[in-house]
Amino acid sequence: MVNDTVVDLSRLQFAATALYHFLFVPLTLGLSFLLAAMETVYVVTGRDIYRQMTRFWGKLFLINFALGVATGLTMEFQFGTNWSYYSSFVGDTFGTPLAIEGLMAFFMESTFVGLMVFGWERLSKAQHLIVTYFVALGSNLSALWILIANAFMQDPRGAYFNPLTMRMELESFLAMLFSPDAQSKFVHTSIAGYVTAAMFVCGVSAFYMLRGRHMELARRSFRIAALFGVFSTAGVITLGDALGFVGGHEQPTKLAAMEGLWRTEKAPMALNVIAFPSHEQRRNLWALQIPAALSLLVTHSLDGTVPGADVLTQRAAERIRGGIPAVEALKRLSANPGDAQALAQFQAHEKDLGYGLLVARYAPDQDVSKVGSAEIDKAAADALPPVWPVFWSFRIMVGLGLLMLAYFVLAVIYTLFDRVERRRTFLRLAVFAIPLPWIACEMGWLVAEIGRQPWTVYEVLPTWLSVSTHSVAYMAFSLSGFLLLYTVFILIELYLMVRAVRQGPDEPDHPPRHAAAVASLRAA
Amino acid sequence: MEAYLVLKVVWWLLLGVLLIGLAVMVGMDMGVGTILRYVGRTDAERRVALNIIGPHWDGNQVWFVLGGGAIFAAWPLVYATAFSGFYVVMLLLLWSMIVRPLGFEYRSKLASARWRNAWDWALFVSGFVPMLVFGAAIGNILRGVPFQFSWNMTSTYAGSFLALFNPFAILCGLLSVAMAVYMGAAILMNGAEEPIQSRARSLGVWAGVAALVLFTLGGIWVSSADAYQLLRAPDPALPQTPLQQTVERVAGAWLGNFRSHSLLWLVPASAYVGSALGAWALFKRRSLLGWWLGALAWIGIIGTVGAAMFPFMLPSSTVPSHSLTVWNASSSQRTLAWMLGFTLVFMPLVVWYTSWAFWVMRGKVTVQRVEADEHAY
Repeated sequence: MVNDTVVDLSRLQFAATALYHFLFVPLTLGLSFLLAAMETVYVVTGRDIYRQMTRFWGKLFLINFALGVATGLTMEFQFGTNWSYYSSFVGDTFGTPLAIEGLMAFFMESTFVGLMVFGWERLSKAQHLIVTYFVALGSNLSALWILIANAFMQDPRGAYFNPLTMRMELESFLAMLFSPDAQSKFVHTSIAGYVTAAMFVCGVSAFYMLRGRHMELARRSFRIAALFGVFSTAGVITLGDALGFVGGHEQPTKLAAMEGLWRTEKAPMALNVIAFPSHEQRRNLWALQIPAALSLLVTHSLDGTVPGADVLTQRAAERIRGGIPAVEALKRLSANPGDAQALAQFQAHEKDLGYGLLVARYAPDQDVSKVGSAEIDKAAADALPPVWPVFWSFRIMVGLGLLMLAYFVLAVIYTLFDRVERRRTFLRLAVFAIPLPWIACEMGWLVAEIGRQPWTVYEVLPTWLSVSTHSVAYMAFSLSGFLLLYTVFILIELYLMVRAVRQGPDEPDHPPRHAAAVASLRAA
Repeated sequence: MEAYLVLKVVWWLLLGVLLIGLAVMVGMDMGVGTILRYVGRTDAERRVALNIIGPHWDGNQVWFVLGGGAIFAAWPLVYATAFSGFYVVMLLLLWSMIVRPLGFEYRSKLASARWRNAWDWALFVSGFVPMLVFGAAIGNILRGVPFQFSWNMTSTYAGSFLALFNPFAILCGLLSVAMAVYMGAAILMNGAEEPIQSRARSLGVWAGVAALVLFTLGGIWVSSADAYQLLRAPDPALPQTPLQQTVERVAGAWLGNFRSHSLLWLVPASAYVGSALGAWALFKRRSLLGWWLGALAWIGIIGTVGAAMFPFMLPSSTVPSHSLTVWNASSSQRTLAWMLGFTLVFMPLVVWYTSWAFWVMRGKVTVQRVEADEHAY
């Protein structure tokens, strides 16, 4: 039996834990490369200031890294605990990149991070530098495999449904690996991490410059981060456009929600810059439009059209009608795998199986043969994701991306051709801008995953069917446990991070601050 | 299709490798967490203990992550059924485990004695609880798990949370904790000086003896308990679901494989050799030898469970015929083949650079060294 509350609570828990995990991942992805860059300069020039920089930013890196590792454990097991039907349905395909991620990337990152922290006195300069590069490489490869898995949910390539095992199975590993969505998504997401790290380093360095502390370290860090930031932000916007281009073709329903498109119009179509979408009335209550811009942006041409909600709902209804016989045949095959007639019926309607499962939610006793046109209309209306959150999180993400690009361009100009430490307002902006890349990253996640609804695997497996058969009490218990733990964790993390920033790097003429602390502990 | 049959068996063997890797490497770190407050009486001593595994715990923990990922990919139904079925226990496991990275990383960031004491307790919980749960889960799997499938392979679980803590499961949990304490004691003896070394030694010797006793008791229980037997099933080389077989519950059936292949008795024998000689080696202060003998004991213990259950992976106590086996729960041939390829390339690399990391960090950790290094835990 499907309980809507269980579905909602499962989604809420996944969203909360994934968004939380994603607070720590982007900084790890970007800062690991920034550390490698700083250490490279140290090894090449031999100047001690770059060693101090590497160790100071390394300290902040590790405070963040610990929570990234901890919250990643939750993600690896949540598919099994809360989404067991999803897991058995796609483990054969989706599970593979997750397993390879552990073997190829996470082992590398985690083993070398230990040497990065503890190996300063035991490795030669060059060896330590290589170790740092392996940490950066490992964390970025990790992101690659996770996003290949995610891309499979967005656009399931290289897989087919096997009625003999009742699950999706791998048809072509390479098709899954080289899925266009995976490629652009990986680059877009990992570069978003570089933007995050750049903004973080700029912001903290600006804080020091405003206080007149650690000027040498702050100026150099600001310059490296500003350069890193300008290239990354430009990259993230370019790849975001590519992702929209790919995604627009693979997931028309997500695109319609992102752009607030209720009706399909003649080319060239106008772009809704700002709008107030109403899901009940299925129209925008108000919109600010740029003529022809949508066709240009999405299809990269003036005579391309983009299907709106009207056409998409109609298409969904047709496919639901096609999917019902597929589900019926599957049920007969489950009882008797040798039923040739059922197999033939299944194969004829295979491509619409997901839509058959979508309507089963409204079917009496989940028996699709009892479905009428009222249920079909209801399920077809579900085929469009909630427009309002997708539309707006998309715009917030893009807006923040453009703002940060502008900031980094100015930062590069000021830091290379002027004395940035004298531009106090500009520096203050950097401190306040620290949260912006995080907000943009989270918004990006929301666009991708809310925009994929009502599916966990696009057009193949509906979200409502993917959950485990738990009681509401279990789901409420687990959700509150995570909320409690994660709230405590973030408070501790922020406290330690702010404290480490306030303390600043240990400079050669000051003894390390912790020496006094050690002495006091010894006395106790 | 014979290749498919071979792949299923190879992956079942690799599951053994994964579980042994997990038990040895993560278990050792969790053992250190469990005995941290006993072997280290002062803050400085506890920091020494933590810094012995400090450079390695994160890499070791990947065995746990990889275990999850590989079970997901190679046996999706096992991953889905076991982890949703053992729901509250899985949450206990996860909640205690996610505290651990913070315990290592944050504990020594502040000088407050209260702060550090709290994290020491957190490290105890995040060592003891996961190992107890790990063992208890294996115990429950041996007994059979109350689940069944609907026509489309949706699993429903009919057991209660408290039923998971039956005496046999607790016995298995304690065996796993004893082995963890043993391995943790061995690594501490190897990396620390007095007085940590002697404290670890006394715990390690007793843990080895306890493991021996618990393993024997478990063996006696298993030899007469209700177990599962495959009566009729489709050709193992064919793709199939668990809905097409007949399984019967028979007392003592877990000894069936040993009866028909007497060479298999070598597997439990190696658990005895490992733990008995291991306890002796630690007694004689041969810590490195003791560590390797402990690893042999783990191979014997996990191997014994595997040898007893094959081809079962997750027997169902509600509807025995819905039990998951190596034949009906494995992924498709193509998935198993691709993952085997990746394993053959990357597993040797992982072993190589992990060994290098241990070699770089070899030698004793002392109070002076920990206090001189501001990046130490």
